[in-house]
Amino acid sequence: MMGYIAIIAARFRALLQYRAAALGGLFTQTFFGLVRIMILRAFYAAATVAAPMSLPRVVSYVWLGQATLLLIPWRTDEDVAEQIRTGNVVYELTRPLDLYGVWFARSLAWRTAPVFLRMLPMFVVAMVIVPLVAPGWELAPPASAAAFVMWVACFAGAVLISAALTALMNVTLMWTLTGDGVPMLVATCATMFGGLVIPLPLFPEWAKPVLYALPFAGMLDLPSRVFSGDIAATSAPWVLAHQLAWTLVLVALGRWLLSRGVRRLVVQGG
Amino acid sequence: MQIVVQDLAKTFRIAERAPGMFGAVRGLVRRRHRDVAALAGVSFSLAPGELVGYIGPNGAGKSTTIKVLAGILIPDGGRVEVDGRVPWRHRIEHVRRIGVVFGQRTQLWWDLPVIESLEMLRHIYKVPPDRFRTQRDELIELLALADFLDKPVRQLSLGQRMRADLAASLVHAPSILFLDEPTIGLDAVSKLAVRAFVKRLNRERGVTVILTTHDMDDIEALCERVIVIGDGTILSDGTLADLRKRVTRERWLTIDVADGSADTVADADASVIRRDGERVCLAFDPEIVSPAALIQRVTSRHAVRDLFVENPPIETVIARLYQR
Repeated sequence: MMGYIAIIAARFRALLQYRAAALGGLFTQTFFGLVRIMILRAFYAAATVAAPMSLPRVVSYVWLGQATLLLIPWRTDEDVAEQIRTGNVVYELTRPLDLYGVWFARSLAWRTAPVFLRMLPMFVVAMVIVPLVAPGWELAPPASAAAFVMWVACFAGAVLISAALTALMNVTLMWTLTGDGVPMLVATCATMFGGLVIPLPLFPEWAKPVLYALPFAGMLDLPSRVFSGDIAATSAPWVLAHQLAWTLVLVALGRWLLSRGVRRLVVQGG
Repeated sequence: MQIVVQDLAKTFRIAERAPGMFGAVRGLVRRRHRDVAALAGVSFSLAPGELVGYIGPNGAGKSTTIKVLAGILIPDGGRVEVDGRVPWRHRIEHVRRIGVVFGQRTQLWWDLPVIESLEMLRHIYKVPPDRFRTQRDELIELLALADFLDKPVRQLSLGQRMRADLAASLVHAPSILFLDEPTIGLDAVSKLAVRAFVKRLNRERGVTVILTTHDMDDIEALCERVIVIGDGTILSDGTLADLRKRVTRERWLTIDVADGSADTVADADASVIRRDGERVCLAFDPEIVSPAALIQRVTSRHAVRDLFVENPPIETVIARLYQR
């Protein structure tokens, strides 16, 4: 166990070094946050029926989505991809570690360090600076202390789903040559079904049960709505259950696929 | 016996396609496969504390053997036991007790300082803190790592990296060490440092070492016993002197002439193997003509600017071994 924790810690420290990327991310994510809010505000102003989610909550939803944007597994792990491309991945097997555990540990660090780097300043911008300049465009504080606590738990759940999905994407690299296809597919699904284009509560009623059930909802949508109170703190355990269930499924799938990949590797060579 | 290898066999399947457009299209429908035997019945065994050189030309099966012994490749046939364990079947317990260095690649973390890589390995191998400290300090001293301990691995020179890799493979004090081309690409000073270290490790701690290399000097400096592999089978297993004696007693004398008479350099007791401008290479048998006598005869007939005597390179020795 200590080995995996050491891998997470080292990777986390290494990822914290990317300050310029974090700063750039802060600017672009703030900008796109403002654009998304502008569009949604226009829709709300022109709406003829009552929206399923109030405007302040939609605005908060957008900000939380922007702040935790890097929870979405946009890409596969560069180092792992390189290892698989060159065949060096077999040499990982000379360590007394479980390969899936190593990849999952790396993914955990990758899904937290960059998010923390961007999330905290984003919160300051969206909660403190934006209301001074443009009232009504800001991220509202959490609905209650309980909502905040549950949001923290759901954020952790989102990290788990995301890390499990990243690890699974890494495993698929063992079969694809260039490795661009699967990340593109996942990124597109996550953008559409994760609430980054249209917040999931604004989808038609018939689509919602499916969208809420998918793992993509567990990364940005559900935690954001726990924060704003759209999902009551008392219902948040269901969100956690959804996240843990998907994590287990994705981990099981990743492990199974990896064991097949490794078998091929150790039979056929690097 | 600490390491037992018996009738080890491994065949790789390689996809082939016929050349040209037609072949490419046909390859979409039906792939042709060719079986390549990397190992075809390799047997040897090692006692604890042995230092063995494992040599052979590229593609002979050296790395395949090392990979099987390291537990990262499953053979098709044969029996392998290391410390009573089958490497690929008990991979995690097995790799906990061995050290592996692959000269062509690093096992350190690219973006971490060397010292942090060692710390990581302490956690991964669960080395108790006090044992780790003494082990680490000793390795830092013996391998002279102190100057670049805080540098990330990507900034190290190849010689530094190899020393760091050696240290990394020994953090958990394994009793067996596999070195796959540990001196490849190193400068002379680094090569000597690596050799001295490996020798010391073997002598003082009794670590069993299997070393693959293309550098005959590595073998000469380190190994009592040499196993030669070619085309997946063992061609020779014994001391280095035995190997040379069995294959060839030949030495090479290389001469640079200064007076443009390179074309006429010849001797009754030696054969010319190469003429290249001013340079002539003569092969001779030291039991027929002593190096001193041959040099004297040649220098008396030609103006020689430079000369040196060497053993035929390993590839040549092994190539001869093949031809028999």
